[in-house]
Order: sequence, then C-alpha cells, then structure tokens
Amino acid sequence: MQPTDIRNPAYFHKVVDCQWACPAHTPVPEYIRLIAAGRYSDAYMVNWQANVFPGILGRTCDRPCEPACRRSRVEESTGNKPEPVAICRLKRVAADLKDDVQARLPKPAARWNGKRVACVGAGPSSLTVARDLAPLGYRVTVFEADAKPGGFMRTQVPRFRLPEEVIDEETGYILGLGVEFVAGRRIDSLKTLLAEKFDAIFIGCGAPRGRDLELPGRQEAAAQIHVGIDWLASVYFGHISKVGKRVIVLGGGNTAMDCCRSAKRLGGDAVTVIVRSGFDEMKASPWEKEDAMHEGIPILDCRVPKAFLHENGRLVGMTFEKVRVEHGADGRRKLVPTGEPDERHDCDEVLIAVGQENAFPWIERDIGITFDPKWDMPVVDQTTMQSSLPHVLFGGDAAFGPKNIIWAVAHGHEAALSIELLLGGADTRERPLPAVEVMSQKMGIHEWSYDNNISPDLRYKVPWADPAKTLKSMSLEVELGFDAETAWKEAQRCLNCDVQTVFSDHLCIECDACVDICPMDCITFTVNAEEGELRMQLTAPALNTEQALYVSDPVKTGRVMVKDEDVCLHCGLCAERCPTGAWDMQKYLIEMSHAGDAKPDAKQEAA
Amino acid sequence: MTYLPKPKLHHPSLACNALGYTRRDYEGKISTLCAGCGHDSISAAIVRACWELAIEPHRVAKLSGIGCSSKTPDYFLGPSHGFNTVHGRMPSVLTGANLANRDLLYLGVSGDGDSASIGIGQFVHAIRRGVCMVYIVENNGVYGLTKGQFSATADIGSVSKKGVVNTDAPIDLVGLALQLGATYVARGFSGDKEQLVPLIKGAIAHRGAAIIDVISPCVAFNNHAGSTKSYDYVREHNDAINRLDFITPRAEITVDYAPGELIEVEQHDGSSLRLRKLDTAYDPSDRVAAMTYVHERQAAGEIVTGLLYVDPEAQDLHTHLKTVATPLNSLDAAALCPGAAVLDKINAALR
Repeated sequence: MQPTDIRNPAYFHKVVDCQWACPAHTPVPEYIRLIAAGRYSDAYMVNWQANVFPGILGRTCDRPCEPACRRSRVEESTGNKPEPVAICRLKRVAADLKDDVQARLPKPAARWNGKRVACVGAGPSSLTVARDLAPLGYRVTVFEADAKPGGFMRTQVPRFRLPEEVIDEETGYILGLGVEFVAGRRIDSLKTLLAEKFDAIFIGCGAPRGRDLELPGRQEAAAQIHVGIDWLASVYFGHISKVGKRVIVLGGGNTAMDCCRSAKRLGGDAVTVIVRSGFDEMKASPWEKEDAMHEGIPILDCRVPKAFLHENGRLVGMTFEKVRVEHGADGRRKLVPTGEPDERHDCDEVLIAVGQENAFPWIERDIGITFDPKWDMPVVDQTTMQSSLPHVLFGGDAAFGPKNIIWAVAHGHEAALSIELLLGGADTRERPLPAVEVMSQKMGIHEWSYDNNISPDLRYKVPWADPAKTLKSMSLEVELGFDAETAWKEAQRCLNCDVQTVFSDHLCIECDACVDICPMDCITFTVNAEEGELRMQLTAPALNTEQALYVSDPVKTGRVMVKDEDVCLHCGLCAERCPTGAWDMQKYLIEMSHAGDAKPDAKQEAA
Repeated sequence: MTYLPKPKLHHPSLACNALGYTRRDYEGKISTLCAGCGHDSISAAIVRACWELAIEPHRVAKLSGIGCSSKTPDYFLGPSHGFNTVHGRMPSVLTGANLANRDLLYLGVSGDGDSASIGIGQFVHAIRRGVCMVYIVENNGVYGLTKGQFSATADIGSVSKKGVVNTDAPIDLVGLALQLGATYVARGFSGDKEQLVPLIKGAIAHRGAAIIDVISPCVAFNNHAGSTKSYDYVREHNDAINRLDFITPRAEITVDYAPGELIEVEQHDGSSLRLRKLDTAYDPSDRVAAMTYVHERQAAGEIVTGLLYVDPEAQDLHTHLKTVATPLNSLDAAALCPGAAVLDKINAALR
C-alpha cells in the first residue's frame, strides 16, 4: 500500500466517525469534552456554529452520528450490548445547562452589502441560510405561510418531544440577526417572487404533502381517516384535540411514531401501529420505536393494508394481508403473502403515515427551472444546491425529498456558501477547503490535555417523566435530559476520536513498545503488501473495510507500520510508551467552510 | 511508562486458546519500566508463548532476583505464582521449589547483573544440575537501575552513554550454558518476537535446563552509537542461524521444505521442534560445534541468534536424584515421614 497521506484533511476527518457521519460535520468529541469540563455554553456554541439548532436537534435529531460511533464497535468485546455514546442527548445537555449565550451570538451586520436573498419557508434549511448570510451583510427575507418560524419542527414534531420554547429560542437567535421574517405569506408563484428581483432565492419549503392510501373504503370512511402529517399539524394548531378510542397508525417511519404517541395522549386507549415491512426494516429510528412501545403501543409488522371497512358511512376497521419478508436473488426485499386468511382489525380512526412527497405546484415550469421528468422534481446540484437557474437554490426536504433536520441544516450551509460565492462572482463549484487545526496534546510523560483514561461504563439511560402524567399531556416533555453528573459520566464514554495517533516513521526505533501496549491490537509492523493481503497479516485482522489502514513510510528494517483505525481507543498508550516520540496524540479539529469562510488562504495543513 | 492501567477492552476478534483464555488474560500489571524497554517486549513474548501453548497460569511459578529484568514477572502472567528472591539467588530458590513440586513450570527471569555478576555462582550450578526450568536472561549490558554502568556482559570496546570505553572481557552466558551442560540453549533479541516466541515455547516444552539469553536494549542507557546492545547494532550484526517453528504434538505439518533446509527434533513429551535452517551448515545437536561456531562469530563481531543447541534426550535433576514422581506437597504424612524403622534401615545401609 502507498503510505497514508495524513496531510489530506479527509483522512483524519474520517477517523472521527461521528463527525464524518454528521451531515453538518459537527465536531462531536470537541463539544463532549467541553460538556465534561462543565463548559456548557462553549459546548453549545460549538454546536450552534455547525448545526444551528442544538436544543432542537438534541431532542429530535436522527443521529446519524450514533450508529457510526466507535464506542459501539469497541464494546463488542465486553459481552454486553454494545452501544454508542449518547451523543444526541449530550447535545441537549449543552442546550439545557448553558448560560445566556445571547452576547456570544453574531451581531446583526452593521452595513448592508447591497445583496437581497429570499428564503421560501422558515424551516431548518432556510433558517440556516439566513443565519449564515445575515451577519455578513446580506438582507435576508424569510417567507413563511404560518405565523411562527420553524416549519416541520414546530408543526409536526409533537410538543411532548420538543417544547415550544426551545423552538422559539433557537429560531429567535436567527431572526435576531437582522433577518426579515414575513409571516403568513405563502409563496404561490415563483415567477412572481423572481420578479421581486432578489439576488438569490433559496427554496426550503419542505416536503409538505403526506402520501395517501387509495384503498377500498377510503372515500366512504374519509371522515375517520387522516393523513399523518396534516393530522399532526392540526393537533399543533388546536384544530384537533381528541381521537377515537381505537386508532390504527399505518406506516413505520418517525412520523408514524409521532402519530401513535400523539393519538395515545388524545384519547386513543388502544393505539396500534401496523406496518407493511418487517419490524427491523422499519424506517423509524430504533429509539423512536422503543419510545412508542414503552408507552404501550404495539407494533404489528408484515401486514399489508387491503381495505378500510365501513358501516353506515363510518369506519369500523381495516383488513390486512399477512406477508413475510424475503430477499430476492438481486438482494431486494420482497413481501410475499403467507397465504393465511386476511386479518381484521377493528378501529375508530386511522392515521396514514406512509411517507411524504414534494409538491411544487407553485413553481411555473416555464421560468427556466429544469424538472426531472420521472419524479417531477427540480434538478438540484448535490454540491452547490443550485437549480438550473443559478440564483435559485433548494435545500432541506425540498431538494432531494424527505430527510431530516440535520440534513436540512447541512443543505442550508452549502446553499449559503454557494450564494456567497455566486454573488461574489466566484465559481460555486470551487468549494473552499475546510479549516484544519492540528495540535499535540502532550503535556508531560503521562499528561495529556484530554482525559485518556477509558471509562468502562455502559451507556446511561436518559430519565423519563412519570408515564402516568406524560400520557395524559400533549405538552409535558417525556424525556427529562441528563443531569450534570450523569452527563459527565456519559461524556467520559467518548473515546476522543479526534485526538489522532500520528506516527513519525523517521523517529521509530522499532522497539515494539506500542505494539505490546495497544489494548486493541491496532498496531503492526510488517512487510508491506496490497491492501487486501495487508489487512489479513496484521496482529488482529482488519476486517472492517469501511475503516482505513494508516500505513507509514518504511522504517529502518524496511517494514512499515500499519495501524487499523477501526477499534482504536485513542487512549494514547502507544504515545506514552514510545521512547522516541514517534507516536504523538494530536487533536485534529476540522471546521467545514461556511459562508464567510470563502477566503483564498483556507488552510490545508495537517500533521 | 504510563500510570494508567491498560483498558480492559480488547479487539472483538481476539481469540481464545484451548482453555478459553484470551491473550490478554495472560498479562500482568502495567509495566513501570522505561518507555521502549526491551524487557517489556520479552514480557509480551512470554505472554504470547504461554497463551499459544494454553499453559494454565496457576501451573506456572515465576521467579526472579533483583533488577529491571527481575521486576518484569509482575507484568506478565498475573494469576501465576511469583517469588522475588534476594539479588542473584533466584536459581537456588527455583531449584528448591522445583524439588518440592516438580509439577509446576518454572520460569526464571533474570538480568545480566543478577545472573552474570552477583548471582553467577547460582546461575552456573542450576545449569550444571540440570534443573528443569526456563531460564530467561534479559541481557542489556548495563546496570540500568543504577544509571548505566557496564555490566559483566558488556563487550570489550563497547562505549557507555557517557563515553567511557569498556576494557573488561565479557561473560558470554550462552557459551557458559553450553559448556555447563544446558540441554536447550538459545539466544534471542527483544526486537524480534517472531523469533523469540517460538524459542520460549520450545524452552517451555523442554524437559531439562533451558537457557535463553535475550539481548534486550536498554533505551535509557544503552541504545546509543558505540553500544553493542542497541536496537541498531543488534539488527546490523544479527546472525540468525535458524528459525524455530514450535510444533505441538497434534499439529499437522503442511509446508514442504527442500532437503537439508529443515531439521525436526522430537522431544520427550512428543512435541516436536521444527527448525528452518538459515545457515545450512549449522547443526544444533552438536554441542561442541555450537560452542565453536558461537565463539567464531563472536570474534567476528556477529551476534548469533536462534536455537543454538538442543538435546532431545535431556534428563533433569529429578532423574539424576531418582526422586519420587509425586510432588512432595501431594504426598501424605506417612509417605513423607515413614517412621523410625525406615530411618534405621537407611542408616544401616550407610554403615
């Protein structure tokens, strides 16, 4: 193998699994260390820079970071259920325990730079664009059909998961940057908006249409059948305050989980989630399924809805065909009927949460925006977020279909950067490099400026409010969040993967001290070979090909040092044991470029 | 050197041996030796050898004297028996323990100071008597604990860290062992575990006095230019005569070698030692030739490593003394103290 180029910012970035997996590339270990140090406001600001809505995301994020977390791989050997660090809930700790951060936020720009930007919708992607651009002097106008900003976060996510004051606080920070918020104005013609001569238009209007199920009986029993996201919004606006005793929720995504838990609180004694696929293939995050089941809501899988049953114009039940999951020769999942008789479930109301769709009836097709003929979706560049009209950009669910808040934030950052480049006359495809800071953590022979003592603790559970109370209230938050003491203990589980093991081959005397001390058998000195072969000839075979091998230049004996990054604890014992300083622990802080960072001298400097 | 204990977490693929133990179960406390000390590598090699042979840790007795090397038994085989003796007196204590309980595996760990200076009288007699043991000398050529004076194994002309040139003739522990009748004599290098681990495994399976002299660089005081026991010097002057593949009795031999490249030595317990020759002329069953060869190469400035001599028909002290096959601690009072009548009989026989 070729020696690893650790000067490439992507190499060590990828070792920080959580940060790499986060669409907004939040420096997770950095803020977890700040939490452990009790510096909650600092931890909040690190988050705020990267993901804009720490308090909201700390309760609702889809947490792509957690399945990626190295902790769950290294705990495989303990015989217990390996679990990642509770990254998301630690983020909430920073938001809950911080002091007033108002003074640390950017100030509204002193001077207008002469550019006007419109954002359609006040959801997370639009607000991210506004936050990134407003302090730079752009005049940003956010158009929102509802009265308050937040979009889906406010109207669809139930209050028992996300209190309204958290939304008010974090959207307020953005509107406080001098952003013009036009409430109650639904944009129904892009042509008209274009005529208002904004320098750039960002469309972050979400995927507002819930998918329906056209089955026999749908029309006849329409009064008791609701589309999930519309129903959730009606609940939020107070149009709906109760539900039938027996409720069936169709669908296996997070919206279905929000629907069933809301229904349980609005009078649904017997709420059942019924899903086509197998339980494990459900789209909902595992923890959201657990939360629903914890509240006494059964989830029945492998049942395909066939018909709505009605009597005298009133819904009385549904029938389902029972199926089993099979995987075809092409690896694709198939639902095969089991041949059992159809199953009947009586109910008073049905909530359909089987997906969302984009809908752009308000974008005229003759104004220069290319639509994909197959999906009737605007063609959006994955990097720049631009449409075929360069100054019209898309983000969030409006860009590539329904995803989640953290992806919306990531899109917002990229779109804001594109707008800055575009309006500055630069090429939007030339993305500025991330800022990288590398710093040795060595303070003495056994002293590091991070805590390298690996905690053996298993993941801590977030305490819950009393279900007797929460199940009666739509607004009482179910999760209480970690207290400071538990947060500290959970933070100690973080392996500090951003503190990198950096090897200097010219200093190595091949004494084997690092090989002997490494608790995870990550380090091997061996003759070089092709990657496949090399992976097998290590002290512990490197079978996780998702994880890189760190290969050095040849050392004196002609061998190379190979480190399998997979299960490294970043404990620094290799560096403590190294007599010559060939190993060093260096903190690798990478910050993605946002609007305002588009400087020509962006660093690309690693070790 | 670190104050933190090694985390208990280990690699998910870490294997178990026949006893169900992982390699980590054979480790001891965290080492307090200097970072990069060769001795720590030797500890790691002992851990690997014992794990691979599925040695029951409670059937091992680790004995050592005084010095950096003699601290190391604390850093491997945590669950085994241990005895830290007075300086240089490990061989006597080991001999006594062995006579009392012949069923344990005796692992003597010592250094060049402990074995070649203060304890040389003990060292030579334990070998002469053929005590069944694995005797590992962690040989770095200096007194590390007292800041780097030459030890008795330092070569003539070797330069200390302070620039002093050694004028005293060295004691060659391998030469001594060969001359005194050790039945398994090897030399290894702490920086080459691929060679060292099989040498230790072979020694553990050997039923006689097995001596391994391991060159183990002292990073703090003897790893500079002018030292003949530095990582660089040993790597440059290493004359490895053979590579040992230790084969357990049931292991299948799958690799073919050209005639003359391979020697197989069947041991008493049925295990076999397979030696891949790096020097085709070298015969490890010829004690006199081995002595000559080692001395020749030493005169030429080379360090001969590998399995230098092995006598598969080795006998040990118990055989010589015709002791009882049962360990003394397993004999009952009647057997241990057969009474006045038997004593009278013995006394009569001696008249």
